[in-house]
Amino acid sequence: MYPLRDDIYSNDVPEEPTRAGFGRGLLAAGEENEAVVALCADLTESTQMHLFKEKFPERFVEIGVAEQNLVTVASGMARAGKIPFTSSYAAFSPGRNWEQIRTTATLNNQPVKIVGSHAGVSVGPDGATHQMLEDIALMRVLPNMVVVAPGDSVEAEKATRAIAKNGQPSYLRLAREKTPIFSTEDAPFELGKAYVLKEGTDVSLLGTGTLSYQLLLAAKYLEQRGINAEVVHVPTIKPLDEETILASARKTGRVVTAEEAQMAGGFGGVVTEFLSATLPMPIKRIGMADRFGESGAPNELLDYFGLTGEKMAEEIFRFTEEMPRYHQN
Amino acid sequence: MGSLTISQLEQKANVIRQDIIRMLQEAGSGHSAGPLGLADIFAALYFDILNIRPEEPEWTERDVFFLSNGHTVPVQYAAMAEAGFFDKTELSTLRKLGSRLQGHPEREKLPGIESTSGPLGSGLSQASGYAYTLQYLDKNPHRFVYVVMGDGELNEGNIWEAAMFAGKNKLGQLIAFIDRNNIQIDGTTEDVMPLEDLRGKWESFGWHVLEIDGHNIESIIDAASQARAITNRPTVIISHTIPGKGVDFMEYNYKWHGMPPNAEQAKEALEDLRTLGGKITHEGAA
Repeated sequence: MYPLRDDIYSNDVPEEPTRAGFGRGLLAAGEENEAVVALCADLTESTQMHLFKEKFPERFVEIGVAEQNLVTVASGMARAGKIPFTSSYAAFSPGRNWEQIRTTATLNNQPVKIVGSHAGVSVGPDGATHQMLEDIALMRVLPNMVVVAPGDSVEAEKATRAIAKNGQPSYLRLAREKTPIFSTEDAPFELGKAYVLKEGTDVSLLGTGTLSYQLLLAAKYLEQRGINAEVVHVPTIKPLDEETILASARKTGRVVTAEEAQMAGGFGGVVTEFLSATLPMPIKRIGMADRFGESGAPNELLDYFGLTGEKMAEEIFRFTEEMPRYHQN
Repeated sequence: MGSLTISQLEQKANVIRQDIIRMLQEAGSGHSAGPLGLADIFAALYFDILNIRPEEPEWTERDVFFLSNGHTVPVQYAAMAEAGFFDKTELSTLRKLGSRLQGHPEREKLPGIESTSGPLGSGLSQASGYAYTLQYLDKNPHRFVYVVMGDGELNEGNIWEAAMFAGKNKLGQLIAFIDRNNIQIDGTTEDVMPLEDLRGKWESFGWHVLEIDGHNIESIIDAASQARAITNRPTVIISHTIPGKGVDFMEYNYKWHGMPPNAEQAKEALEDLRTLGGKITHEGAA
């Protein structure tokens, strides 16, 4: 079984933003390989690159508020043999510089790392301009690109170290706000792998990013209503762990996806495309439904958009009531 | 550096131009004016300026060349083939299915292409990233990074982001050529989106600026040597060129920006090039 923390359902579960795990992971990656360099677009502390900058000032490059230059300078550094990590808010990178990423990182196939912090509505009061929701869709359609949305800060650290070694253009999706830590240091993390956090038989709840924790809470609520849900955490959106997802879907016959992003083209899109071509079955997607976010407190916004465990449990319960299971022969 | 005389380099440029015409006619699509205008710069680059080994494209001590305005790549392919990166017969595959000679250059397809380009404006940034690495991370002062940009391309904001970055970091190993031919697709550069005062713009961004006749091979080579000697700033060489240079009916005519010659036009163009516009009367001079 996946080694979850013991206290995930308690009020004392520790919380930390995933970007903090990235900061530590980048420092560790820098210690492990001196080819690792860091480039930032005037958001060094926000994106938690300051740890790396303090330890390796000569390997840190300040680009200023220029996201197109951010990834293209990085592409040139990658050609010169470096492993460049670039960071900004996801709304700006990959929001503003998609074509440069497409041509100079993915078609050019250079190991440029795009780190998009402050993704999702939980950015909060800054409002819709800064709440990036389309990044998963933008990145996952690019050939050669690896797309990762870690579930908590502990996993974010592991994911950062992993993409430092994969030799491919990669996108790392991070959140601004603190979120509960559900994984442990011993928990496995491998690019391209999904993990069953809780086994169940009635419905498969597939989550990416920090919403996987909310799905664990949802599963708890559903248990009280007689539904035994399986929770599968899918940190790597591309390449997708088709085997794990298919096995879970076969077992339960009903699938729900959850993400703090546009579900059109996002994680819900990924899973729907995959299952409709391999094992067509009822799928419920939870996420942002073709709309932008707005200002508010992070938790208020998650609740407002139906992305808390409790709200999702309601939706999922209705889904299980209304939808027949896929029956295998 | 190269051992060819100026007159031998001029002959290389002429051969490159003829190959461009043949390639484009065979391909049936592509850009004519830009590549022809750049032939002298590419002859100078590939046969004198660049410290490269055609038989060893990834040689670790090589100079690095980025083509930012990827649509002019026929001139690079022709120069590379002439320099021995690949066999000349492959030039006829330009833009065809399965070819390593893509319509716009792709790094993974053809050894010797340093980066994939086409969408304008990102070559200077990549060259800057490479030059930054050499200067500050690898601390290797012996290698230089060259980039060719178009002038219409300077409309792109990405260029000026790179100009600021290279200026701030005093990237002395970075040498940029601007193909100042005054045309872009919708007309003249000064009508579409004025670039002047171009020299003043680059100077104010902290660059050393040289201005040359982009068809004078001696000037091109001299400018590059000067640029290498300037170690505390990046250098931009504003190279005044004639679009379609060498083919009388294409020169100065922006309609040839994105058009290839047909068979008849190619014949006339090759005749023009072989006879240097009628100055030589017998066939096969070049």
